[in-house]
Amino acid sequence: MRFADFVCFEAIIPELQAKDRDGVIAELVSALDKAGRLGRGNCEKVTRAVIKRENEASTGMGKGIAVPHVKYKAMKDVVAAVGQNSKGVDFAALDKQPVYSVILLISPVDDPDKHLQAMEKIFKHLQQEKFRRFLRQSQTAAQIEDLLKEADVNPSL
Amino acid sequence: MQTGETTQKAVCEIEVEIRNADGLHMRPAMQFVDIASQYQASISVSNTQTSVDGKSIMQMSMLAATYGTRLKIKAEGVDARAAVEALQELVEVKKFGEPTPEEKSRQVQ
Repeated sequence: MRFADFVCFEAIIPELQAKDRDGVIAELVSALDKAGRLGRGNCEKVTRAVIKRENEASTGMGKGIAVPHVKYKAMKDVVAAVGQNSKGVDFAALDKQPVYSVILLISPVDDPDKHLQAMEKIFKHLQQEKFRRFLRQSQTAAQIEDLLKEADVNPSL
Repeated sequence: MQTGETTQKAVCEIEVEIRNADGLHMRPAMQFVDIASQYQASISVSNTQTSVDGKSIMQMSMLAATYGTRLKIKAEGVDARAAVEALQELVEVKKFGEPTPEEKSRQVQ
């Protein structure tokens, strides 16, 4: 799967305003909502569902990244938003370090395979030091979009 | 199950099949890493394309192991056999404490 298949490029936030975890989640879910990707009236419910999932186990995987996600019944397809916070946000990450890059993923309940394929794509690149560094250095939504599109054609990024 | 018989560097390898409907998503991957990390043995997990460190949650998330996927678990070290047995039980017997596709479709109805 390519980033272009599930990342909503209108929901890329190069500098998140929120200073805490729940605020970051709300800001990214709201960006997806404004882009019309959540279906009517789901914004708050999806936000609450992601926070509930995050409370069960942190998706702060270490190395400054977090991948909050949830399966939500009203979703028809997998969709992701991307945000950056240059100051760092506490996500109760596994390595206890602040999180700078967040990829938020919302998936349908009845297509677990597609959710796994999106996760595979995300972690294949977040795994790479170079990709994480480029993501953190990006200052505009356009730069992040270019990076994701570059990663779609260059598997080693 | 094959076991190499040098006590210092025992090698144990097994193939398992993912049997829970949602596959190896992040929570099951975390359970796997938690158990794998309790053993001294180094543990690698592979599908047909790639081989990853069974003690790294980021790497385990890269496997995209859907329902029905077969994975090879290989452990190397003094407690290799115990590690592989515990991981097989988690994947195939406990199924990560999650429903099979049949159980899941019954829950939805």
